[in-house]
Amino acid sequence: MGRTILHCDMNNFYASVECMLNMKLRDKPVAVGGDVENRHGIILAKNYHAKKYGIQTGEALWQARQKCPDLIIVPPHYEEYLKYSKLAREIYSQYTDLIEPYGMDECWLDVTGCRNICGTGEEIANRLREQMYFELGLTISVGVSFNKIFAKLGSDMKKPNATTVIPEDTFREKIWGLPASDMLGVGRATEKVLNSYCIRTIGDLAQAPRELLKRRLGKCGEMIIQYANGLDHSPVAPMDYEPPIKSVGHGITTKEDLENAAEVWNVMLSLVQDIGHKLRVYKKKAGGVAICIRNNQLETKQWQCQLPVKTYSSAVIAKAAFDLFTRSYVWNNDIRSVTVRAINLSSQSEPEQLTLFADSSEVVKRERLEDTIENIRERFGKNAILPATLCRSIKMPTDRDVELQMPTGMVM
Amino acid sequence: MSYASTEQNTIEHRKVYVEVTLKVSPEGNVRPLTITFEDGIVYEIDRLKQRCRAHATKVGGTGIRYTIVVNNHETYLFEDEGKWFVEAKAQSGG
Repeated sequence: MGRTILHCDMNNFYASVECMLNMKLRDKPVAVGGDVENRHGIILAKNYHAKKYGIQTGEALWQARQKCPDLIIVPPHYEEYLKYSKLAREIYSQYTDLIEPYGMDECWLDVTGCRNICGTGEEIANRLREQMYFELGLTISVGVSFNKIFAKLGSDMKKPNATTVIPEDTFREKIWGLPASDMLGVGRATEKVLNSYCIRTIGDLAQAPRELLKRRLGKCGEMIIQYANGLDHSPVAPMDYEPPIKSVGHGITTKEDLENAAEVWNVMLSLVQDIGHKLRVYKKKAGGVAICIRNNQLETKQWQCQLPVKTYSSAVIAKAAFDLFTRSYVWNNDIRSVTVRAINLSSQSEPEQLTLFADSSEVVKRERLEDTIENIRERFGKNAILPATLCRSIKMPTDRDVELQMPTGMVM
Repeated sequence: MSYASTEQNTIEHRKVYVEVTLKVSPEGNVRPLTITFEDGIVYEIDRLKQRCRAHATKVGGTGIRYTIVVNNHETYLFEDEGKWFVEAKAQSGG
């Protein structure tokens, strides 16, 4: 007998939490929106009443208001969402210890081991839904299947507050008729390629020539054919599994467009203060730097480079990021958002092969200086000591001071 | 465990945080004894009937729900992250 995998998706998570916390919102069209002042003015989530007006996640608040003038837009309360996400996982943990979060509001559960005690996958799913509503006042959609991909597909098929079963023996009849893009792993770019070969449904994909897709989509092409045939064997990670930290990054959308390189430098310098701090906390060193720049036409470009000497110094990372920026960015449009990431991380205690030509003494000196700065910040607060250029207004947004540790281990 | 559907309410309610006196057993079990409402009136809890996690259907939020009997009335008292609240009727203030 195969595995029983559940995928639980909390319906309209942000909006549902807001409506649950404030009963007066319950029967009205409600959306959670970012801060317009800080140019985060998009819809982050909406409830079903708002959905009826055609409001979509990601659209601008003014567009949403045009569609529904009575729309109530509430600011996000990330601490609450994290709290309810954690409580939901506590409920799941009453059934299994194999719980793999997929974002804040979704989880895979492998309940194979508790079928003898708790019943079939469908019965467990129904109990979970009831329990979730009773304890937290939130609804979930649950997909039940024999692998993670189909369980996820199932949870998207019926919403809200529903269970969808995709059994191993009849999955072909049940899902092969669905659009290929419904399946996890088929994004917009892949869908475009598949469409060009008239591969439109999951069934088409399952029977597609393997060599052709491998040639066009690489490893990913082979993978999605396997998925469509129900051959996903990936395990559900145990709940205490902590994914290794691969990169530490920080990005922001500025309050106003950045108009020259000096302004970009200030923003980068501000961003790397946090990156340096996090690298110290995780005891990591960066072997490279990646930057992501979005201009005011919403076009995004990314670049990355290696560092000659691995470091956790914010100043060295900032300088490398800025050099990369000046070398790579062609200034046709002003800049709307900047992200800096420290990549190719390795442990600080790991011995490092030095190169003959790079001078590491400067970097070591800088790291010592920043250790002292970090000490001062620890004792007197984050802003006790700052680069002088950051003491004035540098177009940084002011709406998010909380650091979010996502259930997936990502630090935002 | 079965989860009975909760009653529909037409009266408006509001969340009122209250002062609570607790008795904590050596094993760590907590038992609320009295509730001091926002107007200062102290209500003695005559009976504690049930304790479970549940959401507050009338005012929103969640917590450990204590089903209690006060003056022959069954009502709920919630504990959420160390704070205690009741679902009070909006018009009468309790």
